[in-house]
Amino acid sequence: MLVAVVLGGFLFFLGAMFTDDPLFRFQAMIFVAAAVLAGFALTAGVSGGLFRDSPARYMDGVVRAGVIATMFWAAVGMLVGVVIAAQLSWPTLFYFPEAGWLNFGRLRPLHTSGVIFAFGGNALICTSFYVVQRTCRARLFGGLLPWFVFWGYQLFIVLAATGYVTGITQSREYAEPEWLVDLWLTVVWVAYLLVFLGTIWKRKEPHIYVANWFYLAFIVTVALLHVVNNLALPVGLLNHRSYSLFSGVQDALTQWWYGHNAVGFFLTAGFLGMMYYFVPKRVERPVYSYRLSIVHFWALIFIYIWAGPHHLHYTALPQWAQTLGMTFSIMLWMPSWGGMINGLMTLSGAWDKLRTDPVVRMMVVSIAFYGMSTFEGPVMSIRAVNALSHYTDWTIGHVHSGALGWVGFISFGAMYCLVPWLWNKERLYSNRLVEWHFWIATTGILLYICAMWVSGIMEGLMWREYTPEGFLAWSFIETVSAKHVENIIRTLGGLMFLSGVFIMIFNLWRTVKLPSVDRNDALAAPLPAAA
Amino acid sequence: MTYETIARIAQQGGLIYFGLIFLAGCAYAFWPGNREAFARAKHLPLADDDQ
Repeated sequence: MLVAVVLGGFLFFLGAMFTDDPLFRFQAMIFVAAAVLAGFALTAGVSGGLFRDSPARYMDGVVRAGVIATMFWAAVGMLVGVVIAAQLSWPTLFYFPEAGWLNFGRLRPLHTSGVIFAFGGNALICTSFYVVQRTCRARLFGGLLPWFVFWGYQLFIVLAATGYVTGITQSREYAEPEWLVDLWLTVVWVAYLLVFLGTIWKRKEPHIYVANWFYLAFIVTVALLHVVNNLALPVGLLNHRSYSLFSGVQDALTQWWYGHNAVGFFLTAGFLGMMYYFVPKRVERPVYSYRLSIVHFWALIFIYIWAGPHHLHYTALPQWAQTLGMTFSIMLWMPSWGGMINGLMTLSGAWDKLRTDPVVRMMVVSIAFYGMSTFEGPVMSIRAVNALSHYTDWTIGHVHSGALGWVGFISFGAMYCLVPWLWNKERLYSNRLVEWHFWIATTGILLYICAMWVSGIMEGLMWREYTPEGFLAWSFIETVSAKHVENIIRTLGGLMFLSGVFIMIFNLWRTVKLPSVDRNDALAAPLPAAA
Repeated sequence: MTYETIARIAQQGGLIYFGLIFLAGCAYAFWPGNREAFARAKHLPLADDDQ
């Protein structure tokens, strides 16, 4: 293993030496630095005996690291979001014509990747590692492999983020990293799949719990989407740039087949896995209907994969393909709401927890937002509605009701559950701070999405308005300045959501500092004895 | 083979394919023999007692 690290580091060092592309050299040097750090960590770990396997216990260290990474990237990604929201409100803010680093165009992918892949991805990886062990009653498969997945994924994030600000992008939505970083993510993702499948393989439970089905669908489909969407030919082996194998409308369709399924499988299926474990666990009730969860799963994954073409209404894409995407998007409403009902009704008989436990309230509101955005989405996919909503702020509002409301809140709920469990604490440091987080963040989301509804519909109507002489009534810049107040409200909403995250980080930090329930907190929880 | 033929096969075949998958999913979910396993699986997350 050490040999592979040293060899890899050396290869990238050679690459950095011989390339004439400064951006490639920059990324290669990050790989070299990572290899050096990995080499030191491996040597220290082996000589210090840190890697001694304890097969009788769950592997919780990597989950703890994942919780910390999740909260760190949440703060970073959402902070960048507030910055670019402020830039949209006051365009000269942080704008330095002589340095491109802080331009909106470079910060925007930093925000989207930061919240989706860094925050969301870490939340998914660490909760999936936790859930698969507990529901399979088995330790994570693969020795150090889970740690490779964790650190390899952080390296991917650092490479992607530094790439964006220095100007490396293949300009594919939610898939901006170039070929070298894409290949690295593929390696990490295959390792992730191996860890997950291996753990399922050695499970001590005969049945695979439904949450694992959702996580597995997320891992497998993202692998497929990532590889196909990023099929590209590099300009040279020592050049950061590459060109897609697809062109024209095929390229657009591949991109949005990827893009919408990133929503469907990364931001939905994975987080549904989270919902199916943490909601029942927290309210101490089994899921409302296990049968419904099975129908939910199969219907969702088979329908979602076809919805992508609704991003390409009124384009060169054949109309039947647009209609296909639209039809499947509308059909998606049913499994989505089936899942929502299943999640909400899990509380039946325990509705009082909504009043007494703010963490439960957070997860319930997240499911409500899931229901709302999966209703709004099909409506927006209808061609006539899309004619008004597309390219406007309405889309941005829709994405954020899903991302802040559903993905954000269910992840926060899971993290609030996990920290006391993983660090052996009796409770959270403060439930009142959770209350504060909940109300500040909820108000922030509402400000955000209401402002975007108003500005989106307004600019959509302005774009299509004609004068009696048949000219467009508004120039583009007039439609931009008309949104000034809504943009400021949106910035405020984002700032409130970000403040909630800082309150949460403080609360979790103080929770970790609380005295532990028992003395063996240095050890991970033991596996149950073989049946 | 004309465009219309391919389109018809794709549309009708797709309908049958998805209908069958949905029926298979439902059959699995509602199969009487699975009742026991699902009832047990439902309580899986609640049964881990390490915290």
